[in-house]
Order: sequence, then structure tokens, then C-alpha cells
Amino acid sequence: MLLRHTPLKIQDRKALSVNPAKTCQPIGAMYAALGIHGCLPHSHGSQGCCAYHRSTLTRHYKEPIMSGTSSFTEGASVFGGQANLLQAINNIFTIYEPDLIAVHTTCLSETIGDDVLQITRKARDDGKIPEGKHVIHASTPSYVGSHVTGFANMTKAMVNYFAESTGKKKNQINLIPGYVEPPDMEEIRRLAELMNLSTVMFPDTSGVLNGPQTGRYRMFPPGGVTIPELISTGDSMGTIAMGEYASGDAARVLDTKCKVPCKILDLPIGLQATDRYIDALRKQAGTEVPAQINFERGQLLDIITDMQAWFYGKKVALAGDPDQMIALSEFLVAIDMWPVYVVTGTPGKIFEKRINEITKNSPYPVKVKAGGDLFLLHQWIKNESVDLLIANTYGKYMARDSDIPFIRYGFPILDRIGHSYFPSVGYRGGMRLLEKILDAILDRKDRDSPEESFELVM
Amino acid sequence: MVIQNEKQCSADLEGLDPQEVKNDLINKYPPKVARKRSKQIVINKIEKDQPVPKIQANVRTIPGIITQRGCTYAGCKGVVLGPTRDILNLTHGPIGCGFYSWLTRRNQTRPVGPDAHNFMPYCFSTDMQDREIVFGGEKKLKQAIEEAYNIFKPKAIGIFSTCPVGLIGDDVHAVAREMGKKLGINIFGFSCEGYKGVSQSAGHHIANNGIFANVVGLDDNVKEGKFKINLLGEYNIGGDAFAIEDLLEECGFTLISTFSGNSSYDYFANSHTADLNLIMCHRSINYVAEMMEKKFGIPWMKINFLGADSTAKSLRKIAAYYDDQELIDKVEEVIAREMPAVLKAQEDVRSRCEGKLAMIFVGGSRAHHYQDIFKEIGMRVISAGYEFAHRDDYEGREVLPTIKIDADSRNIEELEIHADSKRFNPRNSEEDLKRLAEKGIEMETYNGMMSDMSDGSMVIDDISQFETEKMIELYKPDIFCAGIKEKYSVQKNGVPMKQLHSYDNGGPYAVFKGAINFYYEVDRMVNSKVWGYIKAPWQKNPELSARYACE
Repeated sequence: MLLRHTPLKIQDRKALSVNPAKTCQPIGAMYAALGIHGCLPHSHGSQGCCAYHRSTLTRHYKEPIMSGTSSFTEGASVFGGQANLLQAINNIFTIYEPDLIAVHTTCLSETIGDDVLQITRKARDDGKIPEGKHVIHASTPSYVGSHVTGFANMTKAMVNYFAESTGKKKNQINLIPGYVEPPDMEEIRRLAELMNLSTVMFPDTSGVLNGPQTGRYRMFPPGGVTIPELISTGDSMGTIAMGEYASGDAARVLDTKCKVPCKILDLPIGLQATDRYIDALRKQAGTEVPAQINFERGQLLDIITDMQAWFYGKKVALAGDPDQMIALSEFLVAIDMWPVYVVTGTPGKIFEKRINEITKNSPYPVKVKAGGDLFLLHQWIKNESVDLLIANTYGKYMARDSDIPFIRYGFPILDRIGHSYFPSVGYRGGMRLLEKILDAILDRKDRDSPEESFELVM
Repeated sequence: MVIQNEKQCSADLEGLDPQEVKNDLINKYPPKVARKRSKQIVINKIEKDQPVPKIQANVRTIPGIITQRGCTYAGCKGVVLGPTRDILNLTHGPIGCGFYSWLTRRNQTRPVGPDAHNFMPYCFSTDMQDREIVFGGEKKLKQAIEEAYNIFKPKAIGIFSTCPVGLIGDDVHAVAREMGKKLGINIFGFSCEGYKGVSQSAGHHIANNGIFANVVGLDDNVKEGKFKINLLGEYNIGGDAFAIEDLLEECGFTLISTFSGNSSYDYFANSHTADLNLIMCHRSINYVAEMMEKKFGIPWMKINFLGADSTAKSLRKIAAYYDDQELIDKVEEVIAREMPAVLKAQEDVRSRCEGKLAMIFVGGSRAHHYQDIFKEIGMRVISAGYEFAHRDDYEGREVLPTIKIDADSRNIEELEIHADSKRFNPRNSEEDLKRLAEKGIEMETYNGMMSDMSDGSMVIDDISQFETEKMIELYKPDIFCAGIKEKYSVQKNGVPMKQLHSYDNGGPYAVFKGAINFYYEVDRMVNSKVWGYIKAPWQKNPELSARYACE
């Protein structure tokens, strides 16, 4: 057994976290920053933070992830990191020539109280920031929230630094896609464009973190939201933000700052959440939903109709980020599956309330925990098993020990591909999720069926 | 800016003047950066009876330059102590550090039975929150230790400090003492805050100190067996240590402990009963070897099990050290048995790889060790460098007395070690040492990487992303070896990139069988069909000459 020390008996833990279902803020901020065109993220802390974030994102996307670091040593930790950051800004603009540097802090620079805004102002005054270039920052202490919080903070920083209201509205809407994968962002935009809407989406990592093999490496690939686009978000007709945890703050700040009204939706994962997204787009556009979208919805529905028997009544354990878990649970309930254990590492009160609402008609007792960990989830599973586990790659240790069908979903996925290329949002994303669920469940049935009932047609 | 030629170099490197290449690497840098980097980029010079050129190493990384390097915590928890399966490694800090160092290094381990402790698939953290940053984290740490003990009943707990721990002044060592006493198990702390040094290297040193001070020597039971050795600086990535263990056992050695691949707390506790320490990764573990020598009288020698020739050479060196005919015969028998398959593979792979160019920028020691394997298949390493090594790893240990201890190194405690009053037992007499010297068996030495590299080759310490891309542009190497962060930018340039930290998903590469694995791995990468598909047919032949017949 790989997780041989995980006991059945659940002891209350107040201080010890075991097998976390979250990581720290800066990595989310780094990911968000990569969704700005021509941006080099910068980690203001000691080297290890930057190395760890780059390594994890690289393993997840199998793509180059570049970022600077302030390389704190003991001296900088005592006297403050101003000199290091000023030097870094100068070096980065001279050597790598990005359009902007997006600085995020770390537990180190937050604990010593570095004022990054003041430092970047000094950099500007000292002429270290070339004309037309930018340095933005987000405060992302690792000891608050999770990687999702970091993503939300950097997305909010994009609004704080760039959004401007000229008083003249533009015929476009803002899309804040949430902490989702590059193809999800692509799909969210495609659906809006099918509704004939002009959009600005931020951040936008499509084309950045799923780039092609061309034989020529480009540190700043063509993708990402541009700075003029970010500036123009203040003049948009409205904002549709997806995922309260990852996108809510940015949408509200944009509303407050530039009077751009916002609608905060769940991530458009599965049937009903995508329905709500399309409906919001429809109202925004003031047009009818085009045949193409109805067609895709019908296809998703068709799979649910055809394969109902395999979904019905199956119990699912889930771990992942809160916005994803909420929308995914709703989808599972919609196809007659029952999420029975739902864990997110990210703290926050609304999570448990939303999951309890979504699963309120469940025939099974539902256990849900915000700020939980995979150790607890595994203990629940060991006490009463499930038919399917959905989690990031770390879930495979539980799946193997407890012999449960397993779908990799969320962050990080370190041992499979697909998440960089194929969406899990929208109706098409829903189809992909169903394909994955069916593959896992039916492969298991094939494996376990006695010879006489091993079926050709399923 | 152009740095003037400090030492005229005659050798051309692949048709390029190395001095001009060096200028290309640093021209774009701001002047201060260029001056600093120029001391860390050295054109190798090999002259008879002359030392290799001096290189600057183990100095601060320039902020913003995009470095390969990580932090002290990574070196301590991630590298040296991570591979030990039965110490419960508790990260004291916010969640990230523990999360990122959770199973990501591919250290393999084999618990001795289904009930034996194996905590490696687990990540333990105090998940420090803002209230601890304000009010201190010692209370939460104590509570976490208590909870960990109640659930897991480990025999030892290691506490690893992350950046904020040092800043807010939590005394992890006091907590360790208090809780160790309370729970009756061995609990020890490491002040390995990320900012402590200039790279992972500081963390190695801190880990060495901690494990030596708190574990080594706790168990005086002497194991049965002849030729008792410790293998130091082997982390069992991709199963290397398993391959080495098998080989050593077959030759008749008794392996007391490995630091720290496939290791257990008990092996460390007993490691002072060995006769000889063998060092693989000099950088990460030489401190333990030196301390064991001072305290217990155990001599050490540098060996290398990467590459078939190096493996044979190392085995012969150890056998010659023991000077036991039976052992010498057995070693020769094993070498004779293994080599035909090795030579056959070499010949096969050479036919497709001979003359191709490689570059290696990793580690510690691997940038040196792996050059041996590339040579065995006729490939040339034209440039190499370490991520976090010191001058002695480049130039050899004879430069140790001349290395200036700067403020960053001074931060890392140097333990004062004295001979153990009861257990100090020098394994060699004056006469033995004389005999070894006469036989040319080098003890307690390491000659470094540069003397094994060719004249005119480029040696680059702590290479930056910019320099990496420039070297690829200028030399178009056939393979580039570095770590995960470098992997895909290199491959996007159409050059295969082999990870020599984690081995991607390969290994073992150690000893004879591993060398064969590595030959074929390089062969697969260098000669993969994929590199021929990068240009689409219409990009290769853009002219529009064909016409449909119906036109």
C-alpha cells in the first residue's frame, strides 16, 4: 500500500495538514500573469518559490514557464528587498524585454513588509522602466487563502492597474474566465463570439500555455490579453465573471472603479451552469441563441440520454478547487450521480453551503469540507467507498490503494495530457467530461466482469 | 559590453571562437551584471601540470536573470532528507513549500515489509496562517507534532523551516527538544529557511549537519559482513540506488547505509560502523563524509557509478583499497561479465550518435558524471556547468583553502567536530596510508569537473535562461541536459532535452545496466523522427506548381 498509514479512525486535527488539496497564492498569481500578452511574472521572494512554481506549472502544462525572482538572501530578508527588486526590474527589461512585469509577493516579502507599490514607483522615478512598459503587482501572502486566492488577486490587479473609464462605452463585454485551463478560456470566448459579442477576456492563457512546436522558442508567444485591451475593460458594457472564488473580486472592483456592471456566474461546467452562461450572454447581446449552440447542447443531452444507465446512482468523491467543485457537483447531480464527499483545500464559507444546497436531495449523507485535505477525503473513502474519484494527480495514490475508478481533474495534473488542449467547460467540455466518466466506469466494469457477462455492447 | 580576453585561448569550439561566444553571452547584460557573469563563464584551459582556470561559483544569483536555482529548503528537505522513508518530514510554514516538494523528485524507496514505515507518499505541513505570522507558530508546530505522533507513530520527526519561520523567530530546535522529550521519540529541527544561502547548496549543508548531529552514531550495533561501506550522495532517482545496491552486494560489499536514496533512519543511526565512505554527489554530502572522518575515523573516497567505465574504475578503486584478493577477483569477474553487453550497446548506439554535441547544466555533480556516459557513445560535451556547486566541484578540492568565505556562506553553521572519545577508530594506520598512496589510490580528494573537460570548452556556472538560449542558438547542440524548468524552452527550439535531476520518467542510469539504458535513451531522443516533422511539407516546398487535372 502506498498510503499505508492512513487509518480508518478519523482523529480531529487542528494543526497538522496531511496531503493538501491546495497550494499557495503565488503560483496562482504567476499563472494569471502568464495570461497577459508579453508579460514576465516576477516572484518577489527567495529563489525557491519561483523555482517551485515554475516547476509545478511546467510539469502541469509541459510548456516553458518563465518568471524572474528577486533572489532574496539573508541580507535582503533583514534589510528589505527593495534593492533586489529594483535590480530585477532593470535586468528583466534589459535582457528579456517584456511589455510588462507582473510582480507577486511571497510569505517572505509579506512578512518583512516590503511595499512593492513604493518600490515600483521608485523604479519608474529612477528610469528603470522603459517608456511604454509597465510593472504591476499583487499582494499574495502564502499564509492566506490558496493558489485560487493568488489567481484572484493577480486578476484583480489587472483591473486596478489598467482598467480606465473614458466615459464613452465600447460595444464589448468583459469575460473573466476564472482559474481554468487555456482551452477552457478559448471555449468560453468561442461561445461568446458565437453569440456575436465582442469580448475582452482576462487573463487569457490560451495560446500561451498550449503553444505549438515550431522549432523556434518564443518567450512571449502571440496569446494573452493585451494592455490596450485591459485598459478598455473600463469602457465595456458589462462583465461576466465565472467562479466567485477566482473571479468575483476582479469583477466587483471593475464595477466600483469604472461602473461596469457585472454578473458573477458559476464556472460553465456541465449542462445547467453552461445554460446560465449562455443565457447571460443572450441577455447581454440581446440576440437569439444561434443554432450551433443549441446543437451542441443537444449533443450533450443526447449522451446523457443514451448513457444514463451508467451514471445513475453512482457515488462520487471529489477534490479540487472550489469554483470547479461547485459546478461539477451540480453537473453530477444533473446526470443522476451523487457527490458524497467533496473537499477543497481553499478556505471559504460559501463552499460548504453551495455544495449542501446542490446535494440536498441526495439519498446518501454528504460530507463536505472547505480547508480540508486529501488525507481526510481518503479516510472518508476508506470508511465507505465510492464508485468514482475525481481529483488532481495526487488522487491516484488513493485510487490505487482503494481500487476506485479515477478521473484526473484540476490542478496539478502531472502524469497525463489533455487538459491543455481540450476544454471541460461549455457543452463540448461537458461531453468530454462524460466521455472521461464513462471510460473510467466502463473500463472498470470490463475489468471486473466475469467472463460470461463480459459485454461487447455497452 | 565586451570583456577583454583575460587568457588567450587557442582552441576553437565547433568553429566558433569561445571568447566571442562568451562576449555574445554577456553583451546584452547591464555592465555590472556582465562583469559578474564573466567571472562565472570560463573558457576551459588544459595545460600539463597547470591548474584549470579559476571560476566564480556559489555566489548570489543576480535578481531577475531567470535562474535554474532553488532555495535552501529545497536542498535540505527536498534533496537530502526527502528520500528517507521513515522519518516523518514536517514542513513548518505556509502550505506551498510542503506541497511542491511532495513526491516530485522521483526518489524511489522499498520499505522492507508491508507494515514498515513509509511516509514518502505523504506531505505533512503546519499550513501556517496569518495568525501564526503575527502571534508566532510554535504553538501550532507543537500541536502538529503531537497530532502527527498520535496518528502515525513515527520513530523520528524532522521539522523543516520555511522563510517566515526564521523571520518571526519560531525556535524549531527548542520545540523539537521539548516535544522529543514529551513523546519519547527523536525529533530534530532544520533551520533551512529558503533565504539562508545562495542556492540549494546551503540546504544540503544544513541537512548534513542535522542528520549528523541528531542521528548518525545512535546505534552502535556492528552488522555482520565484510567490506562495510556507506554510499553517500546517491538519492535513488529512477532507481539508481537499487542498481548500485545490487552490484555492490554481488561484488561482496556490505552496504551499511545510503545517504539517502532508499534509506531508513536506522541505517543513518548505524552508519558510523562502516569502514569506508564512498561519495557519489560530492557537493551535497561531502560534509557528512568529513564529519564522519573527524569523529569516527572513517576515510572517504570519491567514486562515480554513472558510466560503465567509471563504474569499473570505481569498483577497482574500492577493491584495491581493501587489498583483498578474493574481492579483487570478484570485482574483475563482475566487470568481465557485464562489459560485453555494455560494449555491444555502445557500438550499436555509437553508429547513430558518434560525434554529436551535448551540453549539461545541472547539479552538484551530475554535470560532471554524465560526461563520462556521453563519451562512451562518442558524443562530445562542449559546454557544462553546475546549478549550485562550489569552486571545488569545478576545479578540485585543492582550491578549498583559497576559497573566500563570504557572508552568505558564513550564515551556514560549520559544526565543530572532535574525535569521539570512545568510538574514534582510524581505519588506516600511517603505513596503510603510505601503501594506498604508493598504489595511487586517491583518498579524500576530488579533482573536479574542469580537468576532465576539453581545452576550449565552455564552463558556465548558474547559467541563465538568456545564456541557455544563446548557447543553443550558437551551437545547435544535439542534446541539452538540464532540469524541468529548462526542458520545454529547449525543446521548442527543436533540441531534445534530457532532465538529469529527475531523469524525466527514465532510469536507472547507474552502473553497467543503467549505462546501457542511458545510451538508448540518448539514442531515442537524438534520433527521434519527431525532429524531422517540424516543417510542414508546404513550409519545405512553398512553391505552387501542381494543378488539378481538371483545370
